[in-house]
Amino acid sequence: MSQRLFVKGNEAVAMAAIEAGCRYYFGYPITPQSDIPEYLSRELPKLNGEFIQAESEVAAINMLLGASATGVRAMTSSSSPGISLKQEGISYMAGSELPGVIVNISRSGPGLGGIDASQADYWQSVKGGGHGGYHIVVLAPASIQEMYDLTMLAFDLADIYRTPVMVLADSVVGQMKEALLPNPRPVTTLPEKGWAVRGRKEGTPQMIVKSLFLGDGELEAHNWKLHGKYDVMREKECRQELFLTDDAELIITAFGSVARIAKTAILMAREAGMKVGLLRPITLFPFPAQAFKEVTGRCKKILDIELNNGQMVEDVRLSVARDAEVFFYGRPPGAGSLPVPEELFEQIIKHY
Amino acid sequence: MQQVFKRPVSLKDVQTHFCPGCNHGTIHRLVAEAMDEFGVRERTIGVASVGCSVFLYGYFDVDVVEAPHGRAAAVATGVKRARPDSFVFTYQGDGDLAAIGTAEIIHAANRGEDITVIFVNNTTYGMTGGQMAPTTLVGQKTSTSPYGREHAKDGSPIRMAELLAQLGGVAFSARVAVNTSRNLMDAKKQIKKAFRYQVEGKGFSFIEALSTCPTAWGVTPIQANERVGRELIEYFPLGIFKDTADWNPQSSPTAPVEQPGALPFPEFMHEI
Ligand SMILES: Cc1ncc(C[n+]2csc(CCOP(=O)(O)OP(=O)(O)O)c2C)c(N)n1
Repeated sequence: MSQRLFVKGNEAVAMAAIEAGCRYYFGYPITPQSDIPEYLSRELPKLNGEFIQAESEVAAINMLLGASATGVRAMTSSSSPGISLKQEGISYMAGSELPGVIVNISRSGPGLGGIDASQADYWQSVKGGGHGGYHIVVLAPASIQEMYDLTMLAFDLADIYRTPVMVLADSVVGQMKEALLPNPRPVTTLPEKGWAVRGRKEGTPQMIVKSLFLGDGELEAHNWKLHGKYDVMREKECRQELFLTDDAELIITAFGSVARIAKTAILMAREAGMKVGLLRPITLFPFPAQAFKEVTGRCKKILDIELNNGQMVEDVRLSVARDAEVFFYGRPPGAGSLPVPEELFEQIIKHY
Repeated sequence: MQQVFKRPVSLKDVQTHFCPGCNHGTIHRLVAEAMDEFGVRERTIGVASVGCSVFLYGYFDVDVVEAPHGRAAAVATGVKRARPDSFVFTYQGDGDLAAIGTAEIIHAANRGEDITVIFVNNTTYGMTGGQMAPTTLVGQKTSTSPYGREHAKDGSPIRMAELLAQLGGVAFSARVAVNTSRNLMDAKKQIKKAFRYQVEGKGFSFIEALSTCPTAWGVTPIQANERVGRELIEYFPLGIFKDTADWNPQSSPTAPVEQPGALPFPEFMHEI
């Protein structure tokens, strides 16, 4: 049995990456995620791995692209402004069908914004943040344990679907400390990486990792192939947490850090005799649309709470039963804008 | 009968898409010959850039990763760190390497990544239709400098081989041309030397090859070749700007034998 540890969310990410067999990290410093490169710069050399502090996030994502093209597990991490810079590389990785894990401990914006907890990168993360019309898998941990578990899952999903996978959290989950059970890497059957470039041995085919397709119909077919994978993910990889939803008259939906605050508000509401539950998407892409459809078959009121001006709520509205009502409560990120449970409890009273 | 001239096995037996008079094909061949001579083909991973040479994998019979525009040196860094036993080279144009990819090349060079960079300087953006490049000569007309490049407004052409030679991580930096048979022989020699650096694990090696773009320059292939000798070499002198290795002739069984009769390659040699 593994020992219970008391660690920061960012450290949990780094520990999980190592447990998942990742030995290559490329990144550029930015608050509030620098614990990740700091941890890995210390630990990877001991494991014969490579840590590079790149000259920019642009360079870091391209180092990830190169390492990943050779078939190894590799990652990068950053925070919102840096993630914007990585979008070109993420688009190329998606187009070249390269696995790779990108951690975004997001911060507030637009522009330099601030370093406070933010969920304003939802659109950028799930709607294809770079050019060309692709998706990446986006996982949204809400606890230190999930930072660990979902980071390991991210590596597996990346390899299974040959896609970049993002772990999207914020400074609350990244910086807070909680108990962690550092579970061993789950046993999964992973596909062979026959596509990787390792040097063309005589008698073996030439391997090319690329996203340029110029032949007649080639690129269209490639795009259909990518979108076929997204359909499989939608069917097989949706994950969500349901908390007290069975009898709920009002269901709150929230992801990541704010879902934790919402849970406290829900317990306050339960104590006051109100039947309130929580549907917390864990995968933001693929979005757990079916779960929304199912709960709104019975419960007709959804209150979506986000640390932004309303982004995920669009996907919620597209997913719920036609006769369900969707309310939104958001706090755009910035110093002092993190809601307290009492504030969310008031919203519950308002919409119950 | 002895065959004295044949296609390098590292090059595929296909026709290139390059315009008549373009030097990309010649430079491809020199690189492939070096690959053959060192016997590294089976462990080579090429990194293609975005520009006229994007189809690297179509011509070289080696594994290739295609990098985003300008990012080849960062991609190659990732490849080499993950597979230190492989032979990794990038092949980049002057827009790719000296404009959009300046940060990536300078830092890969400065870290002393054990890779070989082939930088093809044709003083223009060939693929996109002959726009001004950071290497465009002052006075040179391009589709975005229709009145000629102006020093005051557009700056001066960047001499990458000299610039990179300043960096501590760079082991070898040279500029070559393929406009005359003599320069071509020298180019081959320097490319082989650049390869040898990586084969022996001696650090970052850089070859700047002056090249032609008759299509964008609006001249004939012969005129383009003459322009390299007349104008380009004037501003971009051929020569070795850094050569740090202390070769041990015993250390490398694959080291190329110096060709008898090959001309010495002086620093700042001007070919007219
Ligand atoms: C991010 C981005 N910006 C611009 C382009 C368009 N583009 C393609 S090739 C190129 C320049 C190529 O010139 P160079 O690197 O000198 O190589 P050459 O074609 O002359 O061999 C440009 C600007 C692109 N593909 N990606």
